[in-house]
Amino acid sequence: MTLPNQRWHNSGPERLYVITAGRSRPPEEAVVDLVTLIVARATPQPSMQPEHAAILRMCHAPLSVAEISAHLSLPMSVVTVLLADLLATDRVEARAPIQAARLPDLELLEAVMHGLQRL
Amino acid sequence: MDYRDSETDAEPRGFVEPGQVQTLAASTTAAVKVVIVGGFGVGKTTLVGALSEIRPLTTEETMTQAGVGVDDVAGVERKTSTTVAMDFGRISLNEQLVLYLFGTPGQERFWFLWNGLFDGALGAVVLVDTRRLEVSFDVIGRLEERGVPFVVAVNAFPQAPVHPVAELRASLDLPDSVPIVDCDARDRGSCRDVLLTLMRYLHTLAASPEQS
Repeated sequence: MTLPNQRWHNSGPERLYVITAGRSRPPEEAVVDLVTLIVARATPQPSMQPEHAAILRMCHAPLSVAEISAHLSLPMSVVTVLLADLLATDRVEARAPIQAARLPDLELLEAVMHGLQRL
Repeated sequence: MDYRDSETDAEPRGFVEPGQVQTLAASTTAAVKVVIVGGFGVGKTTLVGALSEIRPLTTEETMTQAGVGVDDVAGVERKTSTTVAMDFGRISLNEQLVLYLFGTPGQERFWFLWNGLFDGALGAVVLVDTRRLEVSFDVIGRLEERGVPFVVAVNAFPQAPVHPVAELRASLDLPDSVPIVDCDARDRGSCRDVLLTLMRYLHTLAASPEQS
């Protein structure tokens, strides 16, 4: 896998404003969590915004939104807006996290404990 | 005001090297998260690093004084935004499920402004340094306020005063039901046991919700 050898150095607000075309938050229905898993459903195209293409390259297999933010060195809110674009055009799939309601489900906790015990 | 957590030595900032991205197994369907909270230098990143299957990464959020999202262009001229960085790692628990561990940054008040950090988290681990017990008060208070279940892990620093659990419980004003365990944040087995303690505690709460 290759990723653009671009340096995302200048993280000033001007640059972030350009990347998101001035949007500070995604549309309501496209809100993702730090641990929503993203999988690419399309291949990156040269005509795409570089950040969109980088996300598609990175997510050939599932990756959390937090990891995408870390690898792109972009704040979560910016990544959220970029993902909303990709979700709206079905270029990525989002796998929602299991949200612990008031109290998490017993089976889920047992699965976590089982996984930890194997460490 | 600019704030950046200097505690991390994780990811070199600025670019992605090809091959640096370690994706999850294609079969992974869902993630859960646990938040590690504690004062600056208490060992949160060490704990995350001891358990994580990837080198800990850093994600960040820009927050205005009001504590919401990116403040459009307003930040260009009036630098009122604050950058809060957070280290995290992950553990693939089985073919479908992955656990993410988030270590919150040094200045307590910012964590609770981070939208979605605690939402949906299974629970939290409060990592405590007995040499600086006072920094834990605020954290514990805020977790209680938010209804986030937590366990307390005492990181064993050399020269740190050893407090009997009962004394610690009294100092931190914790009910008897909240587990307090010792740990060595550098040791994988010890950190795993802390998470297991949290899961058992959550299991107890979930099995008898009327007592929570």
